[in-house]
Amino acid sequence: MEEYVHSVTLDPDACRGCITCVKRCPTEAIRVRGGKARILKERCIDCGECIRVCPHHAKRAVTDHLADWNRFRYKIALPAPALYGQFNNLDDAEVVLEGLRAMGFDGVYEVAAAAELVSDATRLLLSQGALERPVISSACPAVLRLIRVRFPELLDNVLPLVAPVELAARIAKRQAARRLGLDPGEIGCIFISPCPAKMTAAKNPLGTGRSDIDLVVSVSEVYPALCAAMKTVPEAADQDLATAGRTGIGWGRSGGEAAATLHERYLAADGIENVIRVLEDMEDEKLRGLDFVELNACSSGCVGGVLNIENPYVAAVRLKRLGRYRPVSCNHLGDSIPPEAKWDREVDYAPVMQLDANPFRAMELLEQMGEVEERLRGLDCGSCGAPSCHALAEDVVRGYAVEDSCIYVLQEKLDAVMRSMLEQHDLNAKTKEGAAP
Amino acid sequence: MKGLHYHYQVPGDDFTRAGEASGAIKAALKKLGFSPQVVRKVAIAMYEGEINLVIHGGGGEIDVDIDGEKVTMVLADHGPGIPDIQKAMEEGWSTAPDNVRSLGFGAGMGLPNMKKYSDEMTVESVVGEGTTVTMVVKLV
Repeated sequence: MEEYVHSVTLDPDACRGCITCVKRCPTEAIRVRGGKARILKERCIDCGECIRVCPHHAKRAVTDHLADWNRFRYKIALPAPALYGQFNNLDDAEVVLEGLRAMGFDGVYEVAAAAELVSDATRLLLSQGALERPVISSACPAVLRLIRVRFPELLDNVLPLVAPVELAARIAKRQAARRLGLDPGEIGCIFISPCPAKMTAAKNPLGTGRSDIDLVVSVSEVYPALCAAMKTVPEAADQDLATAGRTGIGWGRSGGEAAATLHERYLAADGIENVIRVLEDMEDEKLRGLDFVELNACSSGCVGGVLNIENPYVAAVRLKRLGRYRPVSCNHLGDSIPPEAKWDREVDYAPVMQLDANPFRAMELLEQMGEVEERLRGLDCGSCGAPSCHALAEDVVRGYAVEDSCIYVLQEKLDAVMRSMLEQHDLNAKTKEGAAP
Repeated sequence: MKGLHYHYQVPGDDFTRAGEASGAIKAALKKLGFSPQVVRKVAIAMYEGEINLVIHGGGGEIDVDIDGEKVTMVLADHGPGIPDIQKAMEEGWSTAPDNVRSLGFGAGMGLPNMKKYSDEMTVESVVGEGTTVTMVVKLV
């Protein structure tokens, strides 16, 4: 398995070793050991759920920072559609895009514009009928990694297209290089991201060998400077930077991508727990007669990303309002899909859940797991640092924990020792009294 | 080695719980690192069988044995039995009442799908006594 850089990390000083994140992690990737949470790297899908729930703000998304942009001669902002949802009373994305220029970006390319191209490509692929139905969206990087570790039999259903932000970076860089005669290495494509998983996707892409996204900066970092810059934009400014229609803007909220397929038989699920239920049902072939399945790890879609400022539901309504004044779609492919929009390599199964590479050894371990679990109480209290008794049993047979990590098992053992000591004590007392031989 | 054995009681008429047993087996197979194709076949075949226990059998029992060569699933109920097994194996043939069909079940694909996704399947049924379906999915 390749070494994989995570954007979700732990600040050990802030962590108090509570089990809030442990319980909520969808891939059981967190344990508390020695009083601090530990992230099991190979299991983490960077969904950001732990960042959302940590009461002590000990989980952090590692992103790039605006200060890193100095190494580029020409800086292009790639604003996520979700960024537009952060502003009240926005009737036109133009002011946001002008604001990005005013705060120092040399160029702007809307991710929403590239999203419309991805929608075009999706429709083309659906009409060709070459893909396994229902086709699963590949745009949410956390979902893609979730499928890779937990639902490998559904990998054939995944849409083999790069995410809109990747396509945006490729197009923007190519166009700028040609127009300005610059070397592509001098051009920085800087994604303004609602999502930590996009950071991981840019550094360790799946489905493609290399990403053209150079920096990933959070919406929350850009927001204050952008707000200030937007105030300096003259009202008459009209450079037509905003080129995305309702379709592209709609990608920022759950259901937007699916609706843009123009197929009626689609489903859009959001929130990681709901996504898992849909994937489980797909695995059992419970969902028949669907063409397209859009899955977003965050509630409400990308507007629910942990790097945003605004309440996801409020932001989703704003995107709806903003889209109302735009044409349906303004960016189109011809009748073929350019190579830069396609995956250039397969996404492989990462069998991180398996107990052992040898199936016979794995069966032995699974049997032992059952025996250990029988001895646990099934309270799933989390005091041992694992999310459930089942997970502790797994950790025990993997050699990562001992059964005595369970406070109830330990208490029973202590009680037994105490009983035995009392019996010994009583016996000694009787012997002294001469009652026993 | 003796292999793994799992036993499940499936309550009748509770659709919300149908799929719990097949879900648990699916998770176990993933821990064993079995190929995605095998996991998929077992998951679909067993889920269909579990639903059948709920809809037709009034609940029942499932026994699953996993050894190094195959996964064997035995699903037994004490329901009404199947009068014409041949007919029940036809795609689209269904006895499901409307209230079940309106829930999206009873499309007449249960037994055909179970046969499709298992490598071996036998159905033993006595009218008035119950039905036992045995399915085998081979690992290679």
